Amino acid sequence: MRESERGERPDRDGDRRSFGSVAIGTRAKGARVSELIDSEVAARVLSRALANGGEFAEVYAERNAGMTMAIDESRIEAVQSGAATGAGVRVISDGTTYFSHVDGLDPADIERAADEAAAALHAERSEPRPLGAVTGTPQPIAVAPAGVPAERKAALLRELDERARGAGGEITQFTASYAEAHREVCVANSEGLLAEDDRTRVRIGAQAVARRDDLVETGAETLGAHRGFELFDNDPGSIADDAARKALTLLDASPAPAGSMPVVVGGGFGGVLFHEMTGHGLEADHIQKGASVYVGKLGEQVAQPLLTAYDDGRLPNEWGSDGVDDEGVPTQKTRVIEDGRLIAYLYDGVTSRRDGVSSTGNGRRESFRHLPVPRMTNTYIAPGDAEPEAMIAEVERGFYAVSFAGGQVDPATGDFVFGVSEGYLIEGGKVTRPCRGATLIGNCLEALAAIDAVGNDFEMKTGICGKAGQRVPVGTGQGHVRIAAMTVGGTEV
Amino acid sequence: MIEAARRAVEAATKAGAGEAEAYAAEDSGREVRVHGGAVESLTAATQRGLGVRAWIGQRVGYAYGTDLSAPGIAGLAERAAEAARVADEDEFAGAPRGVSEGDPPELALSDPTIGEWSTGQLADLALEIERAALGADARIAGVEQAVYADSTERVAIASSSGIEGEYSSSSCYGYLQALAEGEDGRETGLGFGLGRGPAALEPTAIGLEGAERALTMIGAEKPASRACPVVLDPTVAASFIGLIGRGLSAGAVQRGRSPFAGRVGEEVAGEALALHDDGLDPEGFASSPLDAEGVPRRRTTLVEAKTLRTYLYDTYTARRGDAASTGNASRAGYRSQPSVSTSNLVVAPGTLSFAELLREAGEGVLVTDVAGLHSGVNPVSGVFSVGASGRAIRDGELAEPLREFTIASDLVSMLRAVRAVGADARWVPFSGSVKTPSLLIAEMTVAGS
Repeated sequence: MRESERGERPDRDGDRRSFGSVAIGTRAKGARVSELIDSEVAARVLSRALANGGEFAEVYAERNAGMTMAIDESRIEAVQSGAATGAGVRVISDGTTYFSHVDGLDPADIERAADEAAAALHAERSEPRPLGAVTGTPQPIAVAPAGVPAERKAALLRELDERARGAGGEITQFTASYAEAHREVCVANSEGLLAEDDRTRVRIGAQAVARRDDLVETGAETLGAHRGFELFDNDPGSIADDAARKALTLLDASPAPAGSMPVVVGGGFGGVLFHEMTGHGLEADHIQKGASVYVGKLGEQVAQPLLTAYDDGRLPNEWGSDGVDDEGVPTQKTRVIEDGRLIAYLYDGVTSRRDGVSSTGNGRRESFRHLPVPRMTNTYIAPGDAEPEAMIAEVERGFYAVSFAGGQVDPATGDFVFGVSEGYLIEGGKVTRPCRGATLIGNCLEALAAIDAVGNDFEMKTGICGKAGQRVPVGTGQGHVRIAAMTVGGTEV
Repeated sequence: MIEAARRAVEAATKAGAGEAEAYAAEDSGREVRVHGGAVESLTAATQRGLGVRAWIGQRVGYAYGTDLSAPGIAGLAERAAEAARVADEDEFAGAPRGVSEGDPPELALSDPTIGEWSTGQLADLALEIERAALGADARIAGVEQAVYADSTERVAIASSSGIEGEYSSSSCYGYLQALAEGEDGRETGLGFGLGRGPAALEPTAIGLEGAERALTMIGAEKPASRACPVVLDPTVAASFIGLIGRGLSAGAVQRGRSPFAGRVGEEVAGEALALHDDGLDPEGFASSPLDAEGVPRRRTTLVEAKTLRTYLYDTYTARRGDAASTGNASRAGYRSQPSVSTSNLVVAPGTLSFAELLREAGEGVLVTDVAGLHSGVNPVSGVFSVGASGRAIRDGELAEPLREFTIASDLVSMLRAVRAVGADARWVPFSGSVKTPSLLIAEMTVAGS
């Protein structure tokens, strides 16, 4: 029940008091689009991409650089640095997307990619609109991680290692990882849009293994943000304590119960439940293909009135935030469920044009080698008014899922499954014994409608979400949430 | 490619590395996505890049990049050496040695006709997959997506310790997710096929498999919670065998993160199960003459006569475990440094037909799909609980469809409980490259209603 890292809490009605707002400004006009691609080159690429027709063309240029390292067996290892530049060009004609990408940012190569994307088309040339001024307001970064000596990053991992091993002799192994990524992107399209973004993300993860005789348990915790190295100013070692504590707790666990019962889901990473069971089903590509249980449910009551939820790509410095999405559209805060009523889907460019609406700034891609698809940014259930302790006290026999190892959903059927990494039995309104090996399974619509209490606490956590073979950083959040009945799959029948 | 790799090794030595290794890869690929009888997207691209491992004393570092110009390679080599300086010493670190066992075997890993297929023909193939599913039954409401993708790859490896090798391979796959309209909601079904080139794919069979899997699930309900015999179909069995393979890598074992640690020579499986890893299997999609650090691939028996015979090794884990590399270094392209992992995992097929396997099970559950494998399995202890769907087995025959239940056990107990294996072996690419028939597990916990 910890508060989020910076103690931020979104207001239930979502005003901007607590989170603040990020204005999307217009940069000084100039001939140069960015460091990545010259505006004249961009214009030429777009023109060539439309040489054989098409109603839309886009060039997306990127430069990324990153570094990762790990500590294992108290030894710094797997030190790795990587860098890539490249561009992707797409042309859309009659609903079909033609896409080509190249390594490097040599103008001749990018123009060749444009020719390749246009090669399959045989219509009349169309003309791109002149490019406008550069837009985009990157997230503020205080300390660029690339400028921090590698030894300092190694020291951070050593601190995590010491902290976890200090938790007791039963912690027999500990690994931790550090990752930093800097990504500059620039997008120009035939509608005259010109946007850029400069993104810096850092993340650390800790995993502890505890052993007692033949029992082996693991505990994990992460900390990450769209932010610089200043993220680690405030006791980053606590994630090692948390990972060790979880593993040690599980040593005393008994097998999880199996059957249907009330489930209280913890704050923070508990939000992955909402991400999986609702968020993915609201992505417009699933909706338009009829592959979502939320098709035709816009305007309908899908949850009890106590539930309001958002996707917000501009939460300051949050893991899933960006200045603009990967199509150059400013990220925004989208209320998807208001008092239990479904009121919005999440759109990228292609799906928004198809529905005749505006993009919600959810067009994201893993890199210049990928086509953008509608993706969540930071998705969360807004705090409610229930006290977490009271939510548990009302349960005679149930399950308390504090944290998940991950989850998966089939958006078409709504069937989902979540692996519980830290869970407890609730007996007589009290959290009693820890359980191992629990899985929650259910169906999205039923589970969403069965949420009968939302806690007044709140926390955001970081995740990496996979869809269509692309991995993007996403934030998940919520306070405690109670589901009246859900299937717990354990080993104890 | 080999030229670039050689130059990178030289550059790393110049940057202060005592030993160095470079891995260069070039990949051309195409992908077609279709939906509703129309092409949704068409992608064509070539990418290449290079990764350098540098050793300074017993410290190792890695760097990769896409800039293969002379200054690009120099910068990359410099970064690899810098990374090595940050790492701690590891007494087992060091460059792989060349193995003089004669020339690597000739493997036919490429379909030379792959390039003759135009994107238009590939689009037709993907459309045919979709059409086959849509035409299978009136209850098929649509297809979420039908996809064709291929890749032609060239890899070159060079090292300061005398390793030098190069090979090419091609592969392609087609899949679709079919949607069937049930009485209370939609059901999905996955159909897939793979080959060295598009000529090896059977679009109709892929489409029909997806349709069949979706249709079967209509009207599915939760099974009663109990412990009972469970049959895993090849796609599901492959996921579990893939997880077991992860536990059989010496890396996981040496770091105490495998349920199979300390079990070589012990009985770990039912008599019916025999498992090997084969990096040279001509059908296998992970096959190559050399592994990801240039050591020759080979066949390694893992489990036979109930007994665990060995783990899988790369150069580092072999040194550390006082063993020889089994040629199991692998990497996910030039962006990742090599680590030990399975190549092609193969479960020897049995003699029972699928119907006979069901009769052998008697009463129980057939599992045709699992979800949540990445979150529901503890890789250290092997304990798992994952979401599943499938069919009831009653009186040795398939009965009503089942959904929204979990199966739970641990990997070692499950292996020991393998009572029979089918004859219906199939290659499945979802959890590494695995070929396995259906498996009958004597008992597992099923949790439903």
